[in-house]
Amino acid sequence: MKQNQPALLQVQDLVVGYRNTEVLHGVSLEVFPSEIVTLIGCNGAGKTTFLKSIYGAPRPRSGKILFRGEDLGRLPTHQVAKQGLSLVPEGRRIFPGMSVLENLKMGLSARAQLEGSEADLVWIFELFPRLKERSSQRAGTLSGGEQQMLAIGRSLMARPSLLLLDEPSLGLAPLIVRAIFETLKQVAAEGMTIFLVEQNANQALRLADRAYVLTNGRISLSGVGLELLADPEVQRAYLGGH
Amino acid sequence: MDFYVLGQQLVNGLVLGATYGLVAVGYTMVYGIIGMINFAHGEIYMLSAYLTAIGVSVLSYWGFGSPWALIALTLLFAMAITSLYGVVIERLAYRPLRGSNRLAPLISAIGVSLILQNYVQLSQGARNQGVPTLIDGALRFGDQEHFFQITYMQVVIIVVAFISMLGLNLIVRYTTLGRACRAVQQDREMAQILGIHADRIIAAVFAMGAAMAAVAGVLITLNYGSFDFFVGFITGIKAFTAAVLGGIGSLPGAMLGGVLLGLAESLFSGFVNSDYKDVFAFGLLVAILIFRPSGLLGKPIVEKV
Repeated sequence: MKQNQPALLQVQDLVVGYRNTEVLHGVSLEVFPSEIVTLIGCNGAGKTTFLKSIYGAPRPRSGKILFRGEDLGRLPTHQVAKQGLSLVPEGRRIFPGMSVLENLKMGLSARAQLEGSEADLVWIFELFPRLKERSSQRAGTLSGGEQQMLAIGRSLMARPSLLLLDEPSLGLAPLIVRAIFETLKQVAAEGMTIFLVEQNANQALRLADRAYVLTNGRISLSGVGLELLADPEVQRAYLGGH
Repeated sequence: MDFYVLGQQLVNGLVLGATYGLVAVGYTMVYGIIGMINFAHGEIYMLSAYLTAIGVSVLSYWGFGSPWALIALTLLFAMAITSLYGVVIERLAYRPLRGSNRLAPLISAIGVSLILQNYVQLSQGARNQGVPTLIDGALRFGDQEHFFQITYMQVVIIVVAFISMLGLNLIVRYTTLGRACRAVQQDREMAQILGIHADRIIAAVFAMGAAMAAVAGVLITLNYGSFDFFVGFITGIKAFTAAVLGGIGSLPGAMLGGVLLGLAESLFSGFVNSDYKDVFAFGLLVAILIFRPSGLLGKPIVEKV
């Protein structure tokens, strides 16, 4: 199906660590255009480290991170964004002292040309009407769910080819998580490639086309999202099943 | 209380305070973006005094007769050169130390300050230097015996200071560069992830801070007419006081702190004792640090999680 195109993101044998501790011991995975791929795993499995190493902090010790065939491994952080990736980080990391609109405009920093940014803003306000209502409000005063929407909107303003999300469900009420995952599905339907890192395996596997399971710094399982959801091992480890 | 003395001290205080404010924004912006006190910032002010003398004499030699043209071009010249100094200092003395112990760049800043003082002393001489008065005359209020006055040069200082501060505020609030500055200030790593070249933004902040200090340096030099290689020290430390008074990290705070400090100092020297005006100014700093350590406008950002 989608795999007959060249991979958008191709990670080969990635080894990453901090000082004396190695966190990722040779992770390989691929994301093809227009796919939703999820990486699930427990706390401390190395999920966030994986995303951070894409941005060069920490730098990979060995292995390759190829985006459209080009190695991101040596690029400074601010250059990575310009290659067409955009990260919605863990904890949202919005700019609390800026207005909602200013936060969204920060997403434009990675864009080579600003053409069409007005239309993108309209599109983002359609996806998240709450952001439109609050566009002149200070972002620090938004609720957690709204801040998550803002962080996603900010990344979409960059019009990336690959949207990376780090635990967008963290600390949010189930109803809001469902709404945000619905929106992600909508974004994906418009052709966006999404790489979702999650602890909330249930929601993530339902959304994803394909999934990888990260256990102690290694990919322990991979497959189609819904199949993994039914896998007894995944059930036991991540979904609280018996 | 003598109304005319009060009037005169308010005028003097406002002029002094406006220039403190201009220098203070450099401290506050740099602190805001990289969390260090740039103790070499006062020397930028000192350099701009020398650049004023150079600018005025070169431009007069080239035949610029109008004092307005002289002031405007000297301002631009000093702003351009000091910005360059600001950027080079940051690149050579602070950037290599980023990420190290907080004390390291502070000590480096003191080193830069000493180097600049000595370099100017060596190259320009230790004696007092002067520039000619470009604008004469004053507006007088009152009768022959009782009056206070605003010199035209003081009017120029207040107007130019106001325009510069307004301009800086507009840049920080409404331009892409200003937005990037605030983003780097609030979360540098996130700004970089979004594609902002943080090093370049930090350099721009140093340039802007230096240019503002140069505005103050040019105006004050033209007003008093004399300066030496050591003028940066006391002005720098006063402006730093102003920045802390207003709340370090806050741009409007630095401006407000500057004006308040200038007024306080001026009123104290008019009505109490002019020998102890510095004692009073720094006493005010101590009081602020005890009773309101975050300064007048320096409120921590309210963050919801």
